[in-house]
Amino acid sequence: MKIPKSFLGYKRENGRAGTRNHVIILPVDDISNACAEAVANNIKGTIALPHSYGRLQFGADLELHFRTMIGTGSNPNVAAVIVIGIEPKWTKRIVDGIAKTGKPVEGFHIERTGDIGTVMKASKKAQEFSQWASEKQREECPMSDLWISVKCGESDTTSGLASNPTVGNLMEKLEPLGVHLCFGETSELTGAEQVCATRGATKEASDKFMKTWNEYNDFILKEATDDLSESQPTAGNIAGGLTTIEEKAFGNFQKIGNLKFIDVLEPAEEPAKGPGLYFMDTSSAAAECITLQAAGGFNIHLFPTGQGNIVGNPIEPVVKLTANPLTAKSMSEHVDCDVSKILSREMNLSEAGDKLIETTLRVANGRLTCAEALGHKEFVMTKLYRSA
Amino acid sequence: MATDIIIHDKKDNVGVVVIEKITPKQDCKCWIMEDDSSTDIQSMDEIPLGHKIAMVDLKEGDTILKYGHDIGKVVKSIKKGEHVHVHNVKTKKW
Repeated sequence: MKIPKSFLGYKRENGRAGTRNHVIILPVDDISNACAEAVANNIKGTIALPHSYGRLQFGADLELHFRTMIGTGSNPNVAAVIVIGIEPKWTKRIVDGIAKTGKPVEGFHIERTGDIGTVMKASKKAQEFSQWASEKQREECPMSDLWISVKCGESDTTSGLASNPTVGNLMEKLEPLGVHLCFGETSELTGAEQVCATRGATKEASDKFMKTWNEYNDFILKEATDDLSESQPTAGNIAGGLTTIEEKAFGNFQKIGNLKFIDVLEPAEEPAKGPGLYFMDTSSAAAECITLQAAGGFNIHLFPTGQGNIVGNPIEPVVKLTANPLTAKSMSEHVDCDVSKILSREMNLSEAGDKLIETTLRVANGRLTCAEALGHKEFVMTKLYRSA
Repeated sequence: MATDIIIHDKKDNVGVVVIEKITPKQDCKCWIMEDDSSTDIQSMDEIPLGHKIAMVDLKEGDTILKYGHDIGKVVKSIKKGEHVHVHNVKTKKW
């Protein structure tokens, strides 16, 4: 297949391009959710991103909170942002962070005004942003404007056999075009961690990966009451034939094809070393992982599933693929790309990779994913430890 | 060509069922992805889609190889053609 050289995206002020054109209402903290949701309800063309945290966090956990908030607002799939927090200081910090992209952003704080007054002021600004964004047009953007993140979920053995290698095939074909790529799931590389470390493009990248994985494993050993056998693999994984975490990890690892990763990112950290593959330190819980990758600036997500994970994200479209013929049939409304013919050998891996590239481009150009059409907007912040 | 079982790597001692299920005493066609070769095996158990079959006799303590890599240890001996899963294989981690 001849791979197209461009897609139709929304060009942003900072030179990035979006596959979507969202105006978001971003609450700084849990208690500002009501206000944010009221604004989004008032003004069409906006979406609120409610979440559970943002109060009394400290240290690395607070830094991650800010990085996730600012990264989400800065994502090129977002045209403009209203930030609403209880207090002015943290609200302003997030507004200032997003403003560096040059996109329209305005903050509101609730103290001394109350919900109703804040909803009124924020709604007026949100209306202005929504109407402004609605005039943005899609333009031709080079493939290198695609920042693709990947994560698999409800995996089974068909993931490692076919749907994950399909993603790997896409990566091998798109990496030479200057695309940014990102995989994560620190926990689900357990068992394949030594092999994964050899895929560092430099000794520095390999060492950084091992340090990240070791820190994670130490945490598991410290916190676990027995082991992770109740959660890793999950009951769904086991029903699908996966027996051990090692088997799951080697299947997971097929998603990066034969690529090497150039750097290891903190959760929600934006890559800074140019195009290529990055590893991000994330949980393997689907919504948490995608939320962090979107905050890192990735604008389209590929999600292979075996037994049928249904996750979506409010700002980053999540393209689902499966190689499990039972899932493709019984959960077809969740499957954007069916590659189950690999198992019956009616389709080879390269054909599957081409089919996925085609689906990815259609979604990048504006086709709604199954998860978008079904209203999946899972926005889940990662919390490192309890608040003060 | 019809394939009942796919094996990732020549070194692997398990294969994955890729049809809805295989039944006891079924003669199964296996495809080895690594070198595009074929082999046959007769199943001993009913094994559903996505689950593994032992390609050789395995005894307690043996290592299961899939993708050419160590994915766990045998905790209860397994005969060639039997179902391989959580009842006879455990992780070496944790």
